[in-house]
Parts: sequence; structure tokens; C-alpha cells
Amino acid sequence: MSETPETSEVDGAAGDGTPAAGGALGAAGRLAVRKTYKLYIGGKFPRSESGRSYEVRSADGSRFLANAALASRKDARDAVVAARAAFSGWSGATAYNRGQILYRIAEMLEGRRDQFAAEVAAGEGVSAQQAALLVDLAVDRWVWYAGWSDKIDQVDGSSNPVAGPYFDFSVSEPSGVAAIVAPPRSSLLGLVSVVAPAIVGGGTCVVLAAERCPLPAVTLAEVLATSDLPGGVVNILTGQVGEVAPWLASHGDVDVLDLCGVDDPALAAELEAAAADNLKRVLRPADPDWTADPGLGRLRAFLETKTVWHPIGT
Amino acid sequence: MALTAPPLADVTASADTLRRFLRGLPPVDQVGAEARAAALATRSIKTTAKAFALDLAVRMVDLTTLEGQDTPGKVRALCAKARRPDPMDPSCPAVAAVCVYGDLVPVAVEALRGSGVRVAAVATAFPSGRAPREVKLAEVRDAVAAGADEIDMVIDRGAFLAGRYLDVHDEVAAVREACGHAHLKVILETGELATYDNVRRASWLAMLGGADFIKTSTGKVTPASTLPVALVMLEAARDFRAAGGRQVGVKVAGGIRSAKDAIRYLVVVNETVGDDWLTPDWFRFGASSLLNDLLMQRRKLATGHYADPDEFTID
Amino acid sequence: MPFEYAPAPESRSIVDIAPSYGLFIGGEMVDPVDGTPFKTVNPATEEVLSEVVAAGPRDIDRAVDAARTAYAQVWSRLPGRERGKYLYRLARLIQERARELAVLESIDNGKPIRESRDVDLPLAAAHFFYYAGWADKLAYAGFGPAPRPLGVAGQVIPWNFPLLMLAWKVAPALATGNTVVLKPAETTPLTALAFAEICQQAELPPGVVNIVTGAGDTGRTLVEHPGLDKVAFTGSTEVGRQIARSVAGSSKKLTLELGGKAANIVFDDAPLDQAVEGIVNGIFFNQGHVCCAGSRLLVQESVAGEVLDRLKRRLQTLRLGDPLDKNTDIGAINSAEQLERIRTLSEVGEQEGAERWSVDCPLPDRGYWFPPTVFTGVSQAHRIARVEIFGPVLSVLTFRTPDEAIAKANNTPYGLSAGVWTDKGSRILWAAQRLRAGVVWANTSNRFDPTSPFGGYKQSGFGREGGRHGLEAYLDV
Repeated sequence: MSETPETSEVDGAAGDGTPAAGGALGAAGRLAVRKTYKLYIGGKFPRSESGRSYEVRSADGSRFLANAALASRKDARDAVVAARAAFSGWSGATAYNRGQILYRIAEMLEGRRDQFAAEVAAGEGVSAQQAALLVDLAVDRWVWYAGWSDKIDQVDGSSNPVAGPYFDFSVSEPSGVAAIVAPPRSSLLGLVSVVAPAIVGGGTCVVLAAERCPLPAVTLAEVLATSDLPGGVVNILTGQVGEVAPWLASHGDVDVLDLCGVDDPALAAELEAAAADNLKRVLRPADPDWTADPGLGRLRAFLETKTVWHPIGT
Repeated sequence: MALTAPPLADVTASADTLRRFLRGLPPVDQVGAEARAAALATRSIKTTAKAFALDLAVRMVDLTTLEGQDTPGKVRALCAKARRPDPMDPSCPAVAAVCVYGDLVPVAVEALRGSGVRVAAVATAFPSGRAPREVKLAEVRDAVAAGADEIDMVIDRGAFLAGRYLDVHDEVAAVREACGHAHLKVILETGELATYDNVRRASWLAMLGGADFIKTSTGKVTPASTLPVALVMLEAARDFRAAGGRQVGVKVAGGIRSAKDAIRYLVVVNETVGDDWLTPDWFRFGASSLLNDLLMQRRKLATGHYADPDEFTID
Repeated sequence: MPFEYAPAPESRSIVDIAPSYGLFIGGEMVDPVDGTPFKTVNPATEEVLSEVVAAGPRDIDRAVDAARTAYAQVWSRLPGRERGKYLYRLARLIQERARELAVLESIDNGKPIRESRDVDLPLAAAHFFYYAGWADKLAYAGFGPAPRPLGVAGQVIPWNFPLLMLAWKVAPALATGNTVVLKPAETTPLTALAFAEICQQAELPPGVVNIVTGAGDTGRTLVEHPGLDKVAFTGSTEVGRQIARSVAGSSKKLTLELGGKAANIVFDDAPLDQAVEGIVNGIFFNQGHVCCAGSRLLVQESVAGEVLDRLKRRLQTLRLGDPLDKNTDIGAINSAEQLERIRTLSEVGEQEGAERWSVDCPLPDRGYWFPPTVFTGVSQAHRIARVEIFGPVLSVLTFRTPDEAIAKANNTPYGLSAGVWTDKGSRILWAAQRLRAGVVWANTSNRFDPTSPFGGYKQSGFGREGGRHGLEAYLDV
């Protein structure tokens, strides 16, 4: 299953890309260069316009991992603008092209397996072995979705045998811009499982990463930025669900609201009610087994069915 | 009405201008045209409206016999019927015309003298139109000289389908000239033109060439007249007049056998071109058996019960 | 001499309207517990037709309970094959009673008998026929090997196509194994009540279909009822929004089919006579009481004059009057309230500087009537180009290039339907791809079929009705 050599015991001390690596001099006597975890908006990596950040600690709270950007209302706004701007190009690309780009992302993910595994292990508090497995699943999940780009319409579309001299067919089209609250505990596999279905059909998204373990999301952003994915197709925010999600839920230029990762039922209800203002399609909170076969439910949730009629005659 | 066409006079300046003009006419969507005709066919024409329509239809009939076995006797019988379609009912109007082959025009002229019923003759190598132009023109001149009031010519469908539109036009114009005082009806034979786009183009061609009437069919080809074909031709006549042309009549012929069918055509006329065309001067039915069904329906309306077919003369 | 059509009224002796109706709950017509009576009138004459019940909260409780019991004890356990046969029975009964139902619909709704007879009724029966066949084939519908129903569906339908909308709601719900509580519109309850009788004739198990009449309050009580697993609504975007808010935080699955402000785009190479028919059918069909009405005509400037001339000439032939007359094209506006809205918005159109043109036809003295009306010189900024009027009022705008046409067509919060007229195949597909609407009619308009998915983008709602896609709304997927 794993072709890469076993990574070091992921404990953050090896200077190997683990978050907050190189707190001390490594074995080779070299101080590691740490990464700044920033937002990903419109293909760029800005800090929060608010200048704020928040401390990300290991799952057990024992270790400081990094400071993540604490996204603000305006960051959310900018992300929606970027997602909207990217929509026409991305939805207008051929399905083959989207599939190619998504597959390219999987290739890039594969190349960063170690880094992801380290971040997942640290952030989710799972064993290195379990983290590696989750990363593998995430890469495979991405590959699975990538392949759907030029197949979903063949499965979901139809030609409709209407009772009259008309050719009538239905095709799937992306709903538009989705705002997604990523699963709070599955920081990479869960994230990938909500982002990929949102974009494979041509939609664009703003995703709010798992609040307490956002680091894999930022690393995913780095993968996306180097994978030919047009800027703005995926925009990743880190921050607090309670602060940012309401702005996304009430945003008039967001078409789909995925509340997947909203743990608090009262907040979820509030967000769903806010989404009613412009009749967003809403996916309610869900905490499925992310390792299981995801089915087509999520993929379909980001698509519209368009039916076209034309007379048949000479 | 604004029509994005060049002035009609220039249209036939050359084969090119004519072709461009015809191709520039708005296309006809088959399904839409047929749906419109089908919707009009659901109109319910009852009581006074039906009485009006039946009488009007009788007055619009070109009572026709176009058979190899036609004889003077047959034509005289038909003419008698044309003058007094229902001998038992003096209120029944005469038909518009009797339509025969050219050689029988003298018989019909004689039989209809003083009746006001006109004599129409088919000409130009009816029904195929396959003869040298001089032969066709001679046929027309002969029928007119014999006293025909109306000439029903056929267009050269071969030329039309080959794209030689100017030839078709010129032939219509030549026949128009040969007709002299006689009215010219131009048969498009829509069943051979196959598409509504062709029907519209052929209608314009005939009207540009000088047709007084455009007519659907010879009756010798299936399909003959249909409601949507009539609709498209009426629209063409309407548009031609609106574009600065003359008012041109429309004649539907072939396969119209029942009063119900005839009334449907009148509804299409009424709701497509309106009152201006609702007279025998501007709309005709080419038919034979239709007349008796019109008469039976008249009788039913008058008496309230269904009649015995043998109460009406067979010719 | 003009060809005047004599009156050709369809006989209303075929319908038998009771002086009052109860509620259809648990397979029987029952008296209300806390409902109150109200009158339903013929909008063409303002004559009171019958007295029906505005169901109260306890009535709704009873209906939901009956549906729950029927779901748990009978319907969810019945093999699909048997459910299907019940639906086939319903389809046949609708066909058998088509004339009666058509007349009833026209009397209660005001729509021309020609439309209720030729459109509403055949489509309603066809919808049951279509979904009947799905009942035992759900495993092949692409929603997993054994898709499960949701449970009890609360369904609220509008007054514009009363029986047809009932069919759109009830047929897929029953085929997938759900039971329903359906609320017909306040002003058009009679065909739904006739359908209750049809359920009895079909010997449908009691409680599988329950029909509660009433107005907005009854509808609100129904959709907010905690005993529902599913809410389906067709109606205005504003009410749809309220419903979306009210189900927030619940586990009720929601589908909404809401308003529209559809553009009908006419290019200069269009089949103009058929385009004119399409424009007429698009906005004047059913008095414009159609959510997917082509209420905005976007015509290429180079043919705008010609299209308008043809359109106005055609509109003069429309026949407005007695809905039961078989030659009537334009019937009555459904209610005094709706008429007022149409009048108000038309006045706004004039005030904002658009040019108003109405067909010069006599309007009956009694009843609710509005003549077919066209506004020219309309721009995107005019309210009549943005607000759904839901009446026989067309706004005409022009465009110069294909891109401009699409941009204007999409410049609306709605996205239910759109039309495009051109003779050029590649342009049709180009436009169809770019129009943000759930249904695109190319060189035709206002066509419906049970096999053809229907529903909106954006604020026109979500979920599809019709076709295989329509099953998803009633399955736990």
C-alpha cells in the first residue's frame, strides 16, 4: 500500500516537515525553517486581513503546532468573490480537463504524504500508522472523485422520452459557489471528501477548515496552488466556525451551503435559516464514517439538473 | 409593417438576388407550425357560426373533376351541380367555380353561362408540369381563348428543388402574361416540396411571379393539402401584402372531404389573415366530394336531424 | 363579413359540486375538529361554488397521524409492484373522469376549458402512469440497490394547475413508498377533493393520501408539523423562503418549486411565426399564471419591430371570456387578490416609463379579468422586468449580441426556465449551456412531460419534479 519509506517517528522533533518542527536543533545541528500557515484565497496565500491568528495545538493540547490565520468576515467575503470569479472558467472547462487537473492534485498529494501524515497525526491525535492510512485514503478519495468529472453526467444525465416530437435531455451543471464547513475532526480525509465533490462537477468553493486541526487544509492549499487548479476554485479559510460561517450562510452570492462540520445543532439551524434568504441548497451537518464509500450523494448535492427541449422536424 | 427585405421589385433582378431573398425569409419550425394548426383545429364552431361557415365554404368551392375519363356529359352534370348545389333548397348558394382540364373548358363555359360560376382550367402540363415551356404557354392561351376565367398552373418542382428559383419565377411570370384577363392560380404541389421552408419560399416565388392565387396541390400527390401547409401559405400571403405586395388568394385542394375539415381551414384563415381573405375572391377549396358533406351539414343544421346521402345529387 | 364564433360552452352538468366539503383524512371525508369553513368561488363569475374547510392544527395532527399510521402499517410494507398497481388505478380513474375534472378545474380556477381539457388533465393522468411504473423499479433508478422512502410527506401546492400539481406531488411520493398530507391552494380546492373520491374509488389504503384544505395558515401548520419527514412546496419564492427557514434544523427533506421571471430570447434568424406562437404560449398560457412563464421577451434589436408587429397582430386574435367556452384562449384571473397585484404592477410599469399596450377586447362585467398586455421600452431596471407578475403581462426588452442576451436573461435572482429561438443549431446549444435555468425551451415553450425533469436554479427553488430525477426528492438518499 505504501511505497514511501516509513517516516520518522512523528513527534515534531525531527525537522522533517512536521508542524512546529525544529523547535530545537536537529540531529544534524540544523535549525528547521518553519512554515507560516496562511489563508488560501484566489490562488494566493494572504494572511487574514484582520491581522489575527490563533494558536493551533496538538490534539491532546500538549504541544504548540503553529499559528493559523484567524479568518474574518472580510476574508470570507474576499473568498466568495474569488470563488465567483473562478466559476465561469472552471465550470466552462471541459470535464476531461477538470479530471486531469484533479488527478494532478492527487499526484501532488501523494508527494506530500509524509507532511500530511505528520499534520494529521499531530492535529487529530491518531497514531502515525493511522495517520498514514488516512492520508492514503484521502489521496485515493481524491482520485476517485477526479474520475467522476466526465462520468457523473453520463450517470445522472438522461434523454427523456417525452410524448411528442421533441428531443429532450437533462444534463448536470454545477450550482455555483459553495460554502463548506469542513468536518471538525477528519482534517484531511474529511476535508478532501467535502471539497472534491464540490468542485469536480465545475463548482467552486470556500471551505472553512477544521477549526482545531486546520494545518492539513493549508498544506492542501499548497498542493492546489501547484496543481494547475485555477486560483479561486478552492478557497481555504482557517478560523472559527461561529465567527465566519454566519457570513457565508447569509452571503447572497453563495449558492450551496454545506454545514457538514457544524457540531452545534443550534448554530446549524441558525445557519440553515440564514441560507433561506437566497434559497441556498443546504447540506445539513453530517458525521459519516469518512473511510466508507461516499456514494454519489455529496457529488449530486452540488449539481443542478438542466433540461433542454427542442422540436424534431424538417 | 417593417420587413427586413429589399424592395420587392429588386428581388427578382437576378438568380442570385432571388436566391438570397428566399433564403432570407424567416424559417418555419415544423413542430411549431403543426402545433399551431392543431390548436386551431380544436376550435368549436357551432350553430350560427357553423351556418355562416358552411355557406361560405360552399361559395368557396372550386368543384373539380380532373380525370382521364372526364367527358362532356360528366362536366355538364358537374356544372349543373355547381349552379344549384342543393336543388331542394333555393337558399343554397352556388359554388365559386368549376375546375376542369383545358379541353373541356368550352363545355363548362357553355353550361355555366350566366350563372356567375367561373370556369377554371388546369394547365402547364398538369399535374407533373413536365413539358417544354412553349407547350405549357400554348395550353394556357388555348384555355383562356376557350373562355376560362381562371388558370390553375403547376410550378416546375424539379427546377425548384434544383435551386433554379429564377426559372420557376420566370415561368410563372410568363404564364401570368399568357393568362391575359384570366386569374392565375399557382399550384405549388406542397407534397413534393416536402418542407415548410420550401412551401414558404415557393409561395413567395409564385407571388413575386404574379400569381393571383397560390394553391397547395394538384390532388394527384399525397400528401395534398394539410392544415399546417395552408397556415404557412396564408402567412406568406399576409407577409407579402404587408411587404408592399398585392393581396394574393389561397386555394387549398386535395383530400378535403368533410365539412368539418373545411371549417377548420376557415378558422385558420380567420385567425391568420382575417376577414380580408374570407371571401370566394381570396380563398377557395378545390374539391369534389366536399360539397355534398357541406350540403348535408347545412340540411342537418336547418332541420335538426341527419340527412340521407341520397337526398343529395352525386354530381 | 366577419366570422364570429358562436358561444360553444362545455356543459357543466357533468360536475356535481357539493354545497360543502370536509377533510379527507384516513380514507374518509371527515368533519373538521378545529377547522373553520370558507367559501370557494368561480373567479369568472364570483359565484360561490362550495364551502370548504380551513383545517386547523388538530385537523393537521389527525391527518399526519393517519399518514404515519398508513406509512408504518401498510404502505411502506407493500411491495413496489402493488403500490404501482394502485397508481395505475389512479391514472385510469383520472382518465375516465377527465372531462368532469377538466370542467371542475375550469370552474374553480378560471382557466379555459381548452387548457384544462388538453393540458392539465392529460398530463395529470400521464404523471400517475409514469410514476406507477417506477414503483417496482426503484432499485434501478441509480439511488442504490434498495432506496428507502422518507416517510410522511407534507405537500403544499398552488392554484395555477391544481390537479396537475397534485399529480406532480402525489405520484412520485406514493411510488417511492411515502404517504402524504396534501394541501391544495385556498382558491382551488375542488379538484383535490374530487381526487379524494378517486382515491376511494381506487381503494387506496386509508391514510396513504390525506387532503386538508385551507389557506396560508393551514399550510404553515402543515409544513411546520414535527411529524413530517418531507416537505414539498410549489408556490411563491417568498413563501418558499419562509418554509426553508421553518424546516431549518429539522430532519425534514425539502424541495421547492418557486417563482420565475423567464426570458424568451428571440434571435434575428428565428422562425418568427413560431416564435410569436411561443411568446404567446409562454406568457398568455393559463393567463400567465405559470411559474415558468416567459414574462420577459428579449428580442434582437434588428428584428424587434417585426416581431412586435407580428405579436400584436396575433394577440388581437386571442379570445378572452367564459372559461367553459371551448374557444376561449384567455380565462379569468384566479382571484381578486391576484388581479389587484397584476393591476398594481402594471401601473408601476407605466409610472416607470414603459409603454403599455393591451389587447382591445371587452372584459366581462363580473369576475376577475385582465386583458393580455405588452410593455415595450422596458429595461432591466424596471420593476416589471424583475418582479414576477404571475399574470398576462409581457415585458419586452432588446439586445444586440448573443452575449448580451444571455447576460440579460441571467440577470435575475430566479432561474426556473428560459427560452431561445434561433434557426442555428450551434447557437441553441451555446445558449442552452449558458442560461442559468432548470428548463430551457429551444424553439418551443411551456412544454411539460412526466419523463422530463422540471425545477429551478437559484431562487426558483431546488429539487426536480418529473423523470427519474423526480424520485430523488422522495427517497432517503
